[in-house]
Amino acid sequence: MLEAPPRLTDQALEAHIDAATTLLGLRMDPDDRASTLAHLRATMEAARFVAAFPLDDTVQPAPIFRP
Amino acid sequence: MSDWPTRTAAEIAAAVAAGEVSAAEVVEQTLSGIAILNPRIGAFTDVVGGRARATAAEIDRRRADGAPLGPLAGVPFAVKNLFDIEGLPTRAGSRINRDRAPAERDATAVRRLEAAGAVLVGGLNMGEFAYDFTGENATDGPSRNPHDLERMTGGSSGGSGAAVAGGLTPLALATDTNGSVRVPAALCGVFGLKPTYGRLSRRGVFPFVYHLDHVGPIARSARDLALAYDALQGPADGDAAVVSRPPEPTFPGIEDGIGGLRIATLGGHFATGGEPEAFEAVRIVARALGAERSIEFPEAARARAAAFVITAAEGSALHLERLRSRPQDFDPAVRTRLIAGAAVPAAFLAQAHRFRRWFADAVAKVFEDVDVVLAPATPCRAPRLGQTTFELNGETVLVRPNLGFYTQPISFIGLPAACVPVWLDDGLPLGVQIIAAPWREDHVLRVARALERAGVVAARTARLA
Repeated sequence: MLEAPPRLTDQALEAHIDAATTLLGLRMDPDDRASTLAHLRATMEAARFVAAFPLDDTVQPAPIFRP
Repeated sequence: MSDWPTRTAAEIAAAVAAGEVSAAEVVEQTLSGIAILNPRIGAFTDVVGGRARATAAEIDRRRADGAPLGPLAGVPFAVKNLFDIEGLPTRAGSRINRDRAPAERDATAVRRLEAAGAVLVGGLNMGEFAYDFTGENATDGPSRNPHDLERMTGGSSGGSGAAVAGGLTPLALATDTNGSVRVPAALCGVFGLKPTYGRLSRRGVFPFVYHLDHVGPIARSARDLALAYDALQGPADGDAAVVSRPPEPTFPGIEDGIGGLRIATLGGHFATGGEPEAFEAVRIVARALGAERSIEFPEAARARAAAFVITAAEGSALHLERLRSRPQDFDPAVRTRLIAGAAVPAAFLAQAHRFRRWFADAVAKVFEDVDVVLAPATPCRAPRLGQTTFELNGETVLVRPNLGFYTQPISFIGLPAACVPVWLDDGLPLGVQIIAAPWREDHVLRVARALERAGVVAARTARLA
């Protein structure tokens, strides 16, 4: 297994969402900030869990199930 | 007789074909029922009474002329308002989409059900843009569970579950990206079918996540699922994900029983986390089927995580321009999920898609040794309306993203699955997923029908009148 990446800190998540919303041209209402960060944490934890799984370079995406 | 809308589709079609009741009478009773009951359960957002009466009159004319009638002749149905209905804006559960131009033609699924003789009566409530497992809607109000009006229907096809369980229509169309057919079917105590990914055309269905979206029926019996599913099969009609293969009707073999089918219960991810009663429902079904083995899908929790990531990233990309231009018009509970999803790095999305291949291949190996597997549909019975959290794996988590804990790994790789209703006591129902290898909807429906015939599972129509 791969070494676990460093823990997602609140500071890292806040920096990421601020950069991403700027680059994407999104405005984030201050009232939405806490909820957005909570969802970002859940999604990034899921993403890192998936990415920690070792896959051979030859594994291709699976857009459609062929019989 | 004034209870036709509470009967099964098969019963209605047989009665219409035999001349015991006219399609016009069935439609009038259905429209009356909607007018009386819908204010209490919030299932419908649009009713197309004039169109329904005209369609029914045409069916009655055909019968009078001795012309052949379809297998769903005179069966009223309604569709999640994600499906195009000619002349209506396809609202997709959102405030934003109701500003769209009216649809110029019906979705393929609507056309196919009507070609089989069914009669469209309206559009149904749903969670905003289908990013939802609750059936609550900030603009249209919640769909309410007909068996307890203070409880959720589940979502996102909440109106579809409510219409069928509430006795408004015997049949509804829904969609399932991560569980949106199976979760409301489970919480409302009715049957639902999510076919194999790539089986049914999604043309004219407002998208959510291209790689995960499926169309499927919700109904009051396994036979009705088969009748509807068979009618829905056909060419891609513009949906690039549909795999070209001839229709494989399931209704002719649905009474074949479970003989020859190897059936097991899913362990691991599917045997942990939920309330004990969710697993009790699975045990009852397994016992009735003589399924003694437990089997695992490897890395199922990671599969769920990957579905979560793909949904967040691709769903957000779809809505990016609307998030820029009209952020205030989203349900806040959806908006914040979409903004977070838009920030997912592309490398993680790509890995999730590659993991999907790995998981599909691993599960294909499992299906060399088994034909059908069983799992809970939801971790618990219907939560209260307005409830935002519940217990899962001993942790307090949000309801909206997590009711699909057991459905997500299945739709992630497009496996066909039915949700069948189990009633443990006098309380609310639970659903059990009956899952088969890709393209084996026939296995799924045979097992669902065998359980129904044995009296182990049954849809119940709430008595609201």
